[in-house]
Amino acid sequence: MHAFQFDAPHLPPEALGARHRVRAFLAAERDAKAFSQHRSSWSIFDEGFTRRAGAAGFIGVTWPKEYGGQAQSSLVRFVITQEMLGAGAPCFAHWIADRQSGPQILRHGSERAKRLLLPRICRGECYFGIGMSEPNSGSDLAAVRTRAVKQDAGWVINGSKIWTSNAHRVHYLIALVRTGDAGADRHGGLTQFIIDMSQPGVTVRPIHNLAGGHEFNEVVFQDYLVADDMMVGAEGQGWSMVTGELAFERSGPDRFLSDYRLMVELINRVGPTPNQQQAVEIGRLVGHLAALQRMSASIAVLLDQGKSPNTEAALVKDVGTAFERELPEIARKLVPVEASLNDPEDVFAETLGHVTLHAPSFTLRGGTREILRGIIARGLGLR
Amino acid sequence: MSANVMPVHPEADLSSIVLEQADRLFRGEVTKERMAEADRGTWPSAIWAAVQQAGLPLALTAEQHGGVGLPPADALHLIRRAGYHTPPVPLAETMIAAALWAEASGEAIAGTLSLAPVGVSEVISIERGSGGYTLRGTAQRVPWATQVDHVLVHAYDAGASPWLALVPRPSLQDAKPRTNLANEPRETLTLDGVVVREAAVRAAPASCAGGFLLLGAAIRAQQMVGAMERCLDYALAYAMEREQFGRPLGRFQAVQHMLADAAGQYAAAAAAAEVAGEAYGTDDFAFATAVAKARVGEATGKVAEVCHQVHGAMGFTQEHPLHFATRRLWSWRDEFGHETFWQERIGRMVCSAGGEALWPKLVGK
Repeated sequence: MHAFQFDAPHLPPEALGARHRVRAFLAAERDAKAFSQHRSSWSIFDEGFTRRAGAAGFIGVTWPKEYGGQAQSSLVRFVITQEMLGAGAPCFAHWIADRQSGPQILRHGSERAKRLLLPRICRGECYFGIGMSEPNSGSDLAAVRTRAVKQDAGWVINGSKIWTSNAHRVHYLIALVRTGDAGADRHGGLTQFIIDMSQPGVTVRPIHNLAGGHEFNEVVFQDYLVADDMMVGAEGQGWSMVTGELAFERSGPDRFLSDYRLMVELINRVGPTPNQQQAVEIGRLVGHLAALQRMSASIAVLLDQGKSPNTEAALVKDVGTAFERELPEIARKLVPVEASLNDPEDVFAETLGHVTLHAPSFTLRGGTREILRGIIARGLGLR
Repeated sequence: MSANVMPVHPEADLSSIVLEQADRLFRGEVTKERMAEADRGTWPSAIWAAVQQAGLPLALTAEQHGGVGLPPADALHLIRRAGYHTPPVPLAETMIAAALWAEASGEAIAGTLSLAPVGVSEVISIERGSGGYTLRGTAQRVPWATQVDHVLVHAYDAGASPWLALVPRPSLQDAKPRTNLANEPRETLTLDGVVVREAAVRAAPASCAGGFLLLGAAIRAQQMVGAMERCLDYALAYAMEREQFGRPLGRFQAVQHMLADAAGQYAAAAAAAEVAGEAYGTDDFAFATAVAKARVGEATGKVAEVCHQVHGAMGFTQEHPLHFATRRLWSWRDEFGHETFWQERIGRMVCSAGGEALWPKLVGK
């Protein structure tokens, strides 16, 4: 069998130093009541928090200094994201840019795009969304139909994207569009462009989620003109770029810590002398968390060494999101509680309510469980 | 595992050599015929002779005491490899007992060894008399009790100080025959009145001051990770060779997803066991081992179930070797505390420290 590697993740001293700096920053944020920890998670969009995180030097830390970064190891970024998640910090405003859009632009973008965008991302002033899914292209990403046609002034885009998180709040999207023939494997003819949401030709329509929140949108392009140098990577290279980033996107601690604050509130609610059932179930959940933490950290080290542990990354997301979904199902049975959306006197009931309503998305976003299992099966030699 | 990781320390060289040798040795010695014979109760002397000749029982024993002196994490990897090949001998128990006895007495010891007591709440007492030390108590389900040369007994004196007593097998009587699901001997030893000479009793070193439960859980966790890897190897190979409806089983999405699920369970278990192996000898060992035994034990149920399902009726036969691994998994997960036992222990530890204390426990201070 493919032998999974989860070797000892030795963190460099600068990563340990970063851990202490982030903790101090987050403690100050908490003391200032800048965010409500128990109701928060990385999918909360808070520009103020992101600006302060940027000013404190916690965004884009791996990027070169000339583009506003700090040329740090990816393990420093790993530790920063871990700590943000552990604290339930509202990171969504910078999450996508820091995790995938910025690195894509740095690696494959034009010089103008890098100079224009990366320093602003680092300062926490410029936010990104992902333009992949379409009304008829969800898990089947290669079915993308939004099309860009080359003209003298650049490329003209027509079509629509859906489930675009924060399209109404971000400044840019990176959109995957069709520019040529799909070919037999349907992976050809796809290209990525940076979309400036302030330009004409792009319309955003809200889609409210079941929790009442407005995060999703439909984005419609009508003769939207994008300059040649806002193409990311070469024409027709979109598919390999999108799939090449997946190990980074999928193995991160955001794939098992989305509802970590519920774990904390559960332990606090149960108190120091649990009954046997409470102790057993909490102990089981902690065991799962500890294993996931190790898997994720070991993969971070492999990624830092330039390796591509794609199967392991898919495993972390599959096992990690299963944990995230199971947590509220177990937590609700361990204490007498009725989940609520607005019970300021019962922190646990509110956290449980928030998590329960968002849990269905955990095993969908960033690749559904079913897609991941297909990737794992391929890694196991079954495809 | 980790074959393509560059060795960083000189010991890593030695470790990878020992691990490769062990894999080769097990592959050659642990045949299906010998497994079947051991299953019927025959002591596999040829396998043990080869294991002993390769020095594997002393892998964890310090060099100054005549051992190989592998770093503990690597010695536990060796136990994992043994779990993969399932040699029907007490290699893991001997490795731990030999290292502990060398640590306590400064002397290496040859032959097969076991550990007692192994139950979660069993206590053996020891008292010094004129003719040596006298033991009292009963140790249940002792691994290989009647087949080993010595049993290393952990006992408390009247002042609650822990001791180790090296008890030769001939002095043990009335062992009731009992095996686990893999026909590995697990006999009850009545130690009441057993007298041990002075030279065979030493103060228990700190690494086993509280008994053998943690160390036993640590070795079973490693063995189970190895045995799960074996089951998945069998299942993946079978899924691609067995055809139904005109294509290999592994091409069916339902089968792919089942195996992907099992692989995820295995991966999480392997990661948890890895942490425990590295924590050997540190303050984190108790927590990491509790996590490993709980997480690995939980994974075994799913992995064994899926691998049998993939094999269909063939996997339910004596003929196919899958059962040598799965019957061990179904036994090992209950030995030295099952999942519920360790989960409760973790849960109590975590709850008494409070919610905010969990984070540094998970990622470090």
